[in-house]
Amino acid sequence: MTIKVVTVGEKILGTNDAKAGENRKRLDEHSIFTINIMSSPGAGKTSLILATIKRFSKDVRIGVVEGDVASSVDAEKVNAIGIPVVQINTGGGCHLDAFMVEKGLGNLNLEEIDLLFIENVGNLICPNNYRLGEDVRLMIASMPEGDDKPYKYPGMFADSDVVILNKTDLQPYLDFSEKSFRKVVTGLNPDVVIFPISCKTGSGLTGWFTWLEEALRKKKKQ
Amino acid sequence: MHEAGITESMLSLALEKAGEAQAKKITRINLVIGELSGVVGDCVQFYFDVLSKDTIAEGAALNFETKPIQIRCRKCKAVFYPTNHKWTCPECHEMSAEIVSGQECYMESIEVE
Repeated sequence: MTIKVVTVGEKILGTNDAKAGENRKRLDEHSIFTINIMSSPGAGKTSLILATIKRFSKDVRIGVVEGDVASSVDAEKVNAIGIPVVQINTGGGCHLDAFMVEKGLGNLNLEEIDLLFIENVGNLICPNNYRLGEDVRLMIASMPEGDDKPYKYPGMFADSDVVILNKTDLQPYLDFSEKSFRKVVTGLNPDVVIFPISCKTGSGLTGWFTWLEEALRKKKKQ
Repeated sequence: MHEAGITESMLSLALEKAGEAQAKKITRINLVIGELSGVVGDCVQFYFDVLSKDTIAEGAALNFETKPIQIRCRKCKAVFYPTNHKWTCPECHEMSAEIVSGQECYMESIEVE
């Protein structure tokens, strides 16, 4: 039997990228500004979402897609404040993919949403490989994780549009150097916007809110 | 864990391409994986052995070409391979690193009968 070489030259996750493109188109048709929120477990994804809902929910219609390995703890917190939320349990999977998000979108009334948060599974590695259809990729790093994380997970820091540095209220107890953190993050990603905040005290949130207001305005004009 | 999903996508891409070529059997799959892609070859092999059972890809050899991390300094344009994830440019000592290689995750070719 002769062996034949078939050239492929395609990304292994090409089908995910194509589905992400479809999701993006669908969200664009409804002028929904979509943020994919990624971080390690416990960095403050849900806290940031809740703080942002508190600030914007009077003027902006918000929806949330919650991705978790298991449980609906986060979704319940969002649901408790009257925001439409869909829970996706990945059943052990360490990231959301575009097909899961497509299913999630099917359970939301997209006519009634202006701003959509997709809370990814807490993980700094593989969520970066899966586009979901988002406008903006936002990652949260928290001070207790250490200022060396951009060296260890460069892919995610290099590909994020916004980096939130959370838990700045703990600075007095930590050796975290914001200067060296910024140097590496902007070195890897010169276009990134960095917001040092504390969801606990509310410090720094105004800068993030102003940025988001502007981004929402731009999306509506498109 | 994420290798399960990657292996599933990889297998279905290989089966699709083999189908288009009207192949009877896939003997080898050539993959290019960057050091930063977070994909572990041994894990892919493990899932592949399970997932490819009873398909024409069963028993195919997986060949991984690993791409090292390659950086281009945005300031002086020097290209270098960082050691121990030190991203500072060895030429001008600036920390302004553009990742040019190391994030690959694609299928170069398949060999079929």
